[in-house]
Amino acid sequence: MSESYQNKSYQRTPLGGLGRTLFDKIWDRHVIKQIEGGPSVIYIDKHFIHEVTSPQAFAGLNKRGIKVFRPLQTVATADHNVPTLDQHLPIKEELSRRQVEALKENCAEHGIELYGLGHPFQGIVHVIGPELGITQPGLTIVCGDSHTSTHGAFGSVAFGIGTSEVEMVLATQCLLQTKPKLMRINVDGELAKGVVSKDIILYIISQISASGATGFFVEYAGSAIRSLSMEARMTICNMSIEMGARGGMIAPDETTFSYIKGRKFAPQGADWDRKLAEWKELYSDGNAMFDKEIFINAKDIEPMITYGTNPGMGIAVTGHVPLLNEINEKEKASFEKSLNYMGLQPGSNMKGKKVDYVFIGSCTNSRIEDLRMVAGFVKGKKKADDVQVWIVPGSKQVEKQAIEEGIDKIFEQAGFQLRQPGCSACLGMNEDKIPAGKYCISTSNRNFEGRQGPNARTFLASPLTAAAAAITGKVCDVREMLGTENENDVLTRTQIYN
Amino acid sequence: MSVVRSTTVPLNIENVDTDQIIPARFLKATSREGFGKNLFRDWRYNNDDEAQPKKDFVLNDPAYSGRILVAARNFGCGSSREHAAWAIKDAGFEVVVSSFFADIFKSNALNNFLLPVQVSEEFLKRIFEAVSKDPQAEMEVNLEKQTFTIVSTGEEEAFEINAYKKTCLLNGYDDIDYLLSIKKEVEEFETH
Repeated sequence: MSESYQNKSYQRTPLGGLGRTLFDKIWDRHVIKQIEGGPSVIYIDKHFIHEVTSPQAFAGLNKRGIKVFRPLQTVATADHNVPTLDQHLPIKEELSRRQVEALKENCAEHGIELYGLGHPFQGIVHVIGPELGITQPGLTIVCGDSHTSTHGAFGSVAFGIGTSEVEMVLATQCLLQTKPKLMRINVDGELAKGVVSKDIILYIISQISASGATGFFVEYAGSAIRSLSMEARMTICNMSIEMGARGGMIAPDETTFSYIKGRKFAPQGADWDRKLAEWKELYSDGNAMFDKEIFINAKDIEPMITYGTNPGMGIAVTGHVPLLNEINEKEKASFEKSLNYMGLQPGSNMKGKKVDYVFIGSCTNSRIEDLRMVAGFVKGKKKADDVQVWIVPGSKQVEKQAIEEGIDKIFEQAGFQLRQPGCSACLGMNEDKIPAGKYCISTSNRNFEGRQGPNARTFLASPLTAAAAAITGKVCDVREMLGTENENDVLTRTQIYN
Repeated sequence: MSVVRSTTVPLNIENVDTDQIIPARFLKATSREGFGKNLFRDWRYNNDDEAQPKKDFVLNDPAYSGRILVAARNFGCGSSREHAAWAIKDAGFEVVVSSFFADIFKSNALNNFLLPVQVSEEFLKRIFEAVSKDPQAEMEVNLEKQTFTIVSTGEEEAFEINAYKKTCLLNGYDDIDYLLSIKKEVEEFETH
């Protein structure tokens, strides 16, 4: 791996006088008590639940004979296991149907708001929280899903938890947590044409590896991050877990505030003014210390793609799969296993690799800007004949907006299939699976073996790079397809748009 | 749980993610039981068929068995699914050893009384060597003393665990019992 970034480690010393980080400010305000020789008791402001990781938690409450402690602080949706076609019909698969029904029953019994199938707010949990204005700066937010880090884009402490912890939050609105180490990743400078936020995070993970941030909470900073829209910031925070970080966060600013303002559950009137004043204090002080700090030059980032079976195995689309002698001795066995699974040769070029499926969706890239970016690029173009293209919007609201803007027509003309909201082929829990041996270029977050279906092969990429592959039927460099300056402007604006 | 002495199942693969431990299509259950039979499902069987076991996968090799799973670094990365810990536990394991665990997996394991033991890279290598020399080699995990011992060679390494979690594991306490016991403090906290 190239070491084109700088990397500094520090010993954080909690001496008086030193500044505090964004994370410290939020964490400290939520510590109820510190157990000697153990974790802290942390108060949780908002809790999201879905059908897959909550049934056993409710069963646990029932076994103990207790009710949900603060039902108004939990919001539920059905996303992981729902079909993305014919959602108005009963779910065909019995186990999936039962799981979705169990969520409905549990929410009704415990007085939890559910945006289930058919509800106009239904969607992927990490898409609906922000779009409804539930996700706000300064909050502690958890969900039984590792991509809960998405909400950190608003300057909240948000992280994924297991089902036992879901039960803890339902029962007590608290969690026992040890304070993580803190890392700041600074991305400065201007992004090149055709490079979007997904490329930034894939680049970061390729540099520090799939486990490089384990034990850390990450703050993303720098001018390139600041220039991004909220939706683009969410894409970055979303994939923090893919380098092992429990969470990722970005200090809130005017972009954040204007995104939240006016949303359904956003504060209003005097409450808004009071909250806004609080939110403006949420940043890392100039003299705050991090355990580790990384500096990245935005101009070094190219459109990215992964070739292997963990998200750290990413390269520029113009690059080649590493040669065996470029891999360090310890990692050779897993590198070879990975290439064998992917059906790729060391040293081969990624450009020109044939793809069979294109999946544009998931909590990483299924928001309206992602769909607009894809539509802006494919308008007037047609997909390659032998490629199947699935566009799965992140929520009912995204779907509705896409239709209102006529984006659905552009997809239809391009031969793309616009489906209904859910996690879909990101994890292949429902019937949206990639067949064995087939290649899928995907805007999701994981390229693990079997992730998109048994023996399915995944290339992770940005919505733009995925859209380009849909048109050509191959992995290609989207920059070569971006025509006029105007077209480029449209794409750039999409990323800054709110 | 205080002392576990057992043979081991060596899984010398790095970055084992929770999608391998238990693929998503098996997460449709609404109870915690029964995940063990699908542990490492796609590494264990060809064509998703139990009649076609992959002979070279360690769980299908009759030479290896035991209550201790030994894995290479960055074990349990990826999804937060607790089903991964349930599946390992349900398959009869009480301890998972690695040189590095993903955070969420580690908490999930602890919450299910499955002990994650983190040893040094060097010591992990020795464990794999000992098991490769003799699949019947026994290991001993002593939670009270916080030590991991390769019985045949007597090599020993200390491991860390926070004092609170250790007490929980040794006494069978869980976090919810504790959190419910401080409900008054939580209510008091909510008022400011």
